[in-house]
Amino acid sequence: MTSLTLVRRIAARPSIVFEALTTAEGIAAWWGPDELPVLSAELDARVGGAYRVRFQTLDGQEHEAFGEYLEVDPPRRVAMSWNYAFGGEPAEAGRTSRIEFDVRPIDGGAELTLTHTRLADEASRASHARGWTGSLAKLVGRLGALTAPAQAPTDPQ
Amino acid sequence: MANYQHRGLDRVFAALVDPTRRAILARLELEDSIAISTLAQPFAIKLPTVMKHLDVLREAGLITRSKHGRTVDVRLSPAPLREAMDWLARYARFWSPALDRLASHAGAKEREAQALAGLKPE
Repeated sequence: MTSLTLVRRIAARPSIVFEALTTAEGIAAWWGPDELPVLSAELDARVGGAYRVRFQTLDGQEHEAFGEYLEVDPPRRVAMSWNYAFGGEPAEAGRTSRIEFDVRPIDGGAELTLTHTRLADEASRASHARGWTGSLAKLVGRLGALTAPAQAPTDPQ
Repeated sequence: MANYQHRGLDRVFAALVDPTRRAILARLELEDSIAISTLAQPFAIKLPTVMKHLDVLREAGLITRSKHGRTVDVRLSPAPLREAMDWLARYARFWSPALDRLASHAGAKEREAQALAGLKPE
């Protein structure tokens, strides 16, 4: 599929998880790929509202993610557009992707599913296409083996 | 340049959205190269439809075509798939530790909330 899907089971009720996803204080506690603190988080968690999160990574670079809230349905679901600028070099300049957080109650807490979709406009189709990430990884993993024999001298050109 | 690359990657992801095209790729994975007519056989769709899917895959750079006499062979082209995988891997590295921290943050908040509720006089 065209999306990344990650699932976490969390020992907290859905409303607490939702708050961690949709408040500046919550986001400051976890956002970013490593332990460095979030530098700033501004957000207006209403449909059409904007967010902007600045953070630093261990390599010293500053990054910024920004976008707009597309769906806000507490405590179940929040979807945002996603633009990501790496420090100095906008690695995805002009590219908008889409992130979705789904929260559902489970025994003892909540299950959180994150879906990050490359194609912002493909998101509506994402649900039937989930699970492709794994297949894609498998496919690519086997491509190494596939491309090597292509050079094999069995095919006299 | 960067934009051109982005459009290319978008085409790859768009191509991968369709289940028939994924099935075609999965089939091609098993073969070094395969004639289009052979490839089309197991699909319950007409050859022109298969050809359209192959065009999308080719425009995304996911397959290449070559002509041998009267048959046209197609084969997988791995580079764009790897690029797509890199995109997914990059965001997996971004989100995975973040979600772990989110889980422990929310867990701590839950314990706080429960402790508070426990202190509350009935």
